[in-house]
Amino acid sequence: MELIVCVKQVPGTTQVEMDPVTGTLKRDGVSSKMNPYDLFALEAALTLRERCGGHITALTMGPPQAKSILLEAVSMGADSAVLLSDRKLGGADVLATAYALSQAVKGRKWDILFCGKQTTDGDTAQVGAETAEFLGVPHVSNVTAIEDIAEDHVDVRVDLDTHVMVQRLPLPCVLCMDRDVNTPRLPSWKRRRELTEEPIEVLSVADLPDPDPKRYGLNGSPTKVERIFQPEKAAQRQMIYGSAEETAAALTALLAEKKFLQEV
Amino acid sequence: MAYNRVAAEDLAVFRSIVGEDRCLSGDKILPDYGHDELGGIHSMPDVLLRVTSTEEVSSVMKHCYKRNIPVVVRGSGTGLVGASVAVEHGVMLETTAMNKIVELDRDNLTVTVQPGILLMELTEYVQGQGFFYPPDPGEKTATIGGNISTNAGGMRAVKYGVTRDYVRGLTVVMPDGEIMTLGGSVVKNSSGYSLKDLVVGSEGTLAVVTEAVLKLLPLPKYTVSLLVPFPEMDKALAAVPELLRSDVSPVALEYMGQETIRCAEAYLGKKFPDHQHPAYLLMTFDGRDEKTVAVEYDRAAELCLSLGATDVLIVDTEERKSSVWTARGAFLNAIKGSTDLMDECDVVVPKSRIADFFRYVETVSRDTGLRIPSFGHAGDGNLHIYICRDGLAEDVWQEKLSAAFTAMYSEAAKMGGFVSGEHGIGYGKRGYLASQMGEEYVALLRRIKAAFDPKGILNPGKIFEA
Repeated sequence: MELIVCVKQVPGTTQVEMDPVTGTLKRDGVSSKMNPYDLFALEAALTLRERCGGHITALTMGPPQAKSILLEAVSMGADSAVLLSDRKLGGADVLATAYALSQAVKGRKWDILFCGKQTTDGDTAQVGAETAEFLGVPHVSNVTAIEDIAEDHVDVRVDLDTHVMVQRLPLPCVLCMDRDVNTPRLPSWKRRRELTEEPIEVLSVADLPDPDPKRYGLNGSPTKVERIFQPEKAAQRQMIYGSAEETAAALTALLAEKKFLQEV
Repeated sequence: MAYNRVAAEDLAVFRSIVGEDRCLSGDKILPDYGHDELGGIHSMPDVLLRVTSTEEVSSVMKHCYKRNIPVVVRGSGTGLVGASVAVEHGVMLETTAMNKIVELDRDNLTVTVQPGILLMELTEYVQGQGFFYPPDPGEKTATIGGNISTNAGGMRAVKYGVTRDYVRGLTVVMPDGEIMTLGGSVVKNSSGYSLKDLVVGSEGTLAVVTEAVLKLLPLPKYTVSLLVPFPEMDKALAAVPELLRSDVSPVALEYMGQETIRCAEAYLGKKFPDHQHPAYLLMTFDGRDEKTVAVEYDRAAELCLSLGATDVLIVDTEERKSSVWTARGAFLNAIKGSTDLMDECDVVVPKSRIADFFRYVETVSRDTGLRIPSFGHAGDGNLHIYICRDGLAEDVWQEKLSAAFTAMYSEAAKMGGFVSGEHGIGYGKRGYLASQMGEEYVALLRRIKAAFDPKGILNPGKIFEA
């Protein structure tokens, strides 16, 4: 089974400033880490490989320093990594990002492309789906578990808030993993030390099947950010008064209404 | 010693001092005030006073001293040895309403707090100001007053020491109501006996702490933990002295066995990031930047592998720290949730003897037929060993428990260890302290107690028999 996992380098902290002119994150001097959602995707791929064998490639688009998360993915167990890095890719919105990733995948032999369902910096949750569209393959988001795998299809459990669905997708396909569906394994210091050479293939736009610079980066991005701002934090408090029985009943009803409780 | 119970006239006095709504008696006192976190020892106070100031504490103590009424101080009630249980009834002073931060002294690197502030509240406050209060006991909802009374340690003791090392000064109320200041915000102090250090760890038997000046450090900017699996316990624990005498300086160095990890997984309903190995060391490194810390943990990783570690796993992001340390923090409650009742042994042994002691615990478990999960602060020799009742009948349980405790404490003593590393003696461990330390030692403790508290009204029957 050939598995690809898309990963992204995101700021290591939530205290990141925005550039009011470009509407992009000011990443200089800010520590970075692998998008936490992608860790669930990578763990799902690693668990699947344990089940049915195969090869895992971690893929990212980013500046040269994004190599660090690819090495991290390899330290966690990925077999190889691809860095798509080019100045022409800078400033990409979701459409241009998804197109670039689909181009990096095209021409490779692959069965499942894993993504986290969203990133902690952009939060759009669209790149996985759009990549699948560009690749012309089925996709599903909010995946909580891989139920079954066969040579030509995969059955996955999907949580759609109101209901849970088991879907069968023909291979190849794109799976966007939900959060907290597994406990991602930790990167191994030993595995990283034992790497004799960097297992990273670096690609530029010129290496892609479609090298047209108009499709990538700012040029290929129809989304223009008009204004960016911190949302207001809203905290609500509701007091419940009455006897122990009354307050317990009211609290249970409230939690059920907010779907924190459900009948078993 | 004969004490007076709280009478109607006393209640009137207490109401006049703290007000009607903060003076609770009889059925108004919730049953939780009759025990601490471990249970097993139950006794209700006659009156519960929610004090808010040093002056109130002083007025209450003056009255109790005059009337010979016993007084127990209680914070969050998270103790594990019955130290805050009113075994002689009388007055319980609850300090949780005295939870203010009095002053942050940026020049002397100290923070002055009231005793009822919770450890987690203090930590959050000082970190928000760019400072660091290193003592890190597992129970974050404990009050600082409680931490001071047991000289609580926690996981960072390896590098930073224990609560006593961070108490610069105390305001205390003596049993007769006298208000005294012990120590201050100075770094050095050789001015006579260090009474402040005597009060720290005295489990509420010498004086009532109403304010504390705590030492702070600049906040380390970067922290990384390593989770190191080993093929067997012996190899993991043999690595501890090697690590500590090498040129690495871990903040924390914890040992955990697979059984305890499985227990935490079941309790949290969440998998630990790695659980297939029999034994683990978990260590943390901190420093001002990523590079400095990396140099240190690289050395530690190399050393661990040379000492037989199977792998070295990096715990570097908030998510990873949370997945590992949440499980570590849940060990006590996980074990507690796995049985109907448990009692704990908080021995401290020389670091070189930890493996020997764990092995001895296994033989005690075999001999008594009791389930005894354990984990430990490997870096400082303080072990937490939990004896589980698992449905045994009361008489069988008491007999086996006593046999297990006697065996373990006497073995710890032979190794040069002591009854408690950080939880204290309280009520539950008095007998074991007395048998290890001997009559002369306990007599000296009594004379010290008498010098502070001639009538013996403060927390009677704790540490040693009244």
